[in-house]
Amino acid sequence: MTVKIYVPRDAAALALGADRVARAMADEIAARGLDAIIVRNGSRGMHWLEPLVEVETVGGRVAYGPVKAGDVSSLLDAGLVSGGEHPLSLGRTEDIPFLKQQTRLTFARCGIIDPLSLDDYRAHGGLRGLEKAVAMQPAAIVAEVTESGLRGRGGAGFPTGIKWKTVLDAAGPRKYIVCNADEGDSGTFADRMIMEGDPFVLIEGMAIAGIATGATKGYIYTRSEYPHAIAVMTNAIAIARAAGVLGPSVLGSGRAFDMEVRTGAGAYVCGEETALLNSLEGKRGIVRAKPPLPAHMGLFDRPTVINNVISLASVPIILDKGAAFYRDFGMGRSRGTIPIQIAGNVKHSGLYETAFGLPLGEIVDHIGGGTASGRPVKAVQVGGPLGAYFPRALFDTPFDYEAFAAKDGLIGHAGIVVFDDTVDMLKQARFAMEFCAVESCGKCTPCRIGSTRGVEVADKIAAGVEPQKNRELLADLCNTMKFGSLCALGGFTPYPVMSAMTHFPEDFSPAPAVEAAE
Amino acid sequence: MNIHLPRADVTERTLAIVGELKGLEGPLLPILHEIQEEFGYVPEECLPVIARELNLSRAEVYGVVTFYHDFRNHPAGRHVLKLCRAEACQSMGGDRLAERAKALLGIDFHETTPDGAVTLEPVYCLGLCSCSPSAMLDGEVHGRVDDAGLDALVAEARR
Repeated sequence: MTVKIYVPRDAAALALGADRVARAMADEIAARGLDAIIVRNGSRGMHWLEPLVEVETVGGRVAYGPVKAGDVSSLLDAGLVSGGEHPLSLGRTEDIPFLKQQTRLTFARCGIIDPLSLDDYRAHGGLRGLEKAVAMQPAAIVAEVTESGLRGRGGAGFPTGIKWKTVLDAAGPRKYIVCNADEGDSGTFADRMIMEGDPFVLIEGMAIAGIATGATKGYIYTRSEYPHAIAVMTNAIAIARAAGVLGPSVLGSGRAFDMEVRTGAGAYVCGEETALLNSLEGKRGIVRAKPPLPAHMGLFDRPTVINNVISLASVPIILDKGAAFYRDFGMGRSRGTIPIQIAGNVKHSGLYETAFGLPLGEIVDHIGGGTASGRPVKAVQVGGPLGAYFPRALFDTPFDYEAFAAKDGLIGHAGIVVFDDTVDMLKQARFAMEFCAVESCGKCTPCRIGSTRGVEVADKIAAGVEPQKNRELLADLCNTMKFGSLCALGGFTPYPVMSAMTHFPEDFSPAPAVEAAE
Repeated sequence: MNIHLPRADVTERTLAIVGELKGLEGPLLPILHEIQEEFGYVPEECLPVIARELNLSRAEVYGVVTFYHDFRNHPAGRHVLKLCRAEACQSMGGDRLAERAKALLGIDFHETTPDGAVTLEPVYCLGLCSCSPSAMLDGEVHGRVDDAGLDALVAEARR
């Protein structure tokens, strides 16, 4: 029987040499005349072990990693094709604790299947949600999603079902489903991993959204920084169209839905939904005032559902297994699972999908294993460049929308960036302002100008110029930005700045400036 | 590669690209991406052609081109090295790596080496935050870039 050897094609694996490993493996297979094929799967999300090579054995899939091209020959010598022992052996993939402890609903297939095999997708439970949806009334689909408790995974946490209902109830000859795949937050890569590792789940989720709301056209707006995701998604859409999953009659239902990928051009602010819509229309990515809501007047002024990748990719399993199944995971008003992305200076970096409610400290210290540098953890930034920096003192905060908000933080897109004790929090606060200045769309004065002034004030504090007065000025500026900006860029930049200043005051009290003697 | 075409060719190619894509909804960004792919940058003489074909003002097209960081108004070097400057990469020494790259190339961000070999650009997140610091050389991604890794990338780009 032909043996299947898995070498990931996820960008994180490629960045660590997966293509070289795959080439070496192909050469060795040919040279040794082995009856084996290489499958380029997505990533399992254990990025510190990438490139993670797996082989299918009678006892299940067995993993090796991190594998370099130079290891391939010795791996095959050790009997990799039958799961033989080697210094890089990790045992059965499913038994690796990092993976075993997860609850994989949205990422159930990611890293397991060939991302571009629709047969693989079906064999692993794919399309069951859409098959159910095409047999349901639109209002019943929306009710199912509402009852599941699914909230927007892009960061705002708005109930997905309510958004869909607004679009379903809106009149209009043409409606749109827009997938926000403009994943620009540092520390996040869940959208990228789904698009590269299980693109059909996103296609299925968008098709369900279309059937549920009466929208017939979908757009995935993603980033030019994600060339691999763009390529996989574009291919997957063509495959889905050829198989009748997309097109004039979705799965033979007589209901139409089709979609395409659009690429941004390096503007962070286009991750904000109204700026994204302007960008899709071919305009500058300037934020729009709300109301009107995109659900009433969105893309080209038509009723538009705009959801994050993970929100949409979570819909198929909700339709497949029912709202109650999904809702039973989680805590409080945060239902279901969340793919936590553990990044930065951390030993076990990667993607960890679990029910809401895990304490932050457990994620950082136990699952993440502490810092990669081996030094103490000083701060973690949760929720991207607009998220707060949390000190160890707040590590008991459960991973939940409301619990984080209560501590003046946010979950955002669930990225966690770990910093060791060498980090200078004043410098991080300055960077938050600098980033806002670079990326501001320019519509709101507090964001456009406040961010530049913020950099200057941070520099004065660093130089020891009237530190007390300038700390107060920085806090005042943050207040103005928070309440005087239309969107989260200007409105949330104060989170990293204020949290850094509040929790790490020692970094904001440098030695007083010495006036140069004349 | 830097491509210098006579003016007439730029107009002709622009017309062909616009003609191919103007049936899309919201065609301007796809058109600009295609033009940059074709010429390596967005030549100024394209703008009035695009404006006329899409029934937009030149100011509108200019406004869009200048809004987005990706679009260049002049050619880049033969190779483009992008270094991630965002928080996850900072936590793993990204700032120090950036300084090393600048010193090795003798240029700052957004600049091209005098021999036209390499353009150095900042990027705010390649989504490789779990293997930071990260870089992209001509579309190829690289993770956990250390000093030796950066030196190799620079050497490759310089060739």
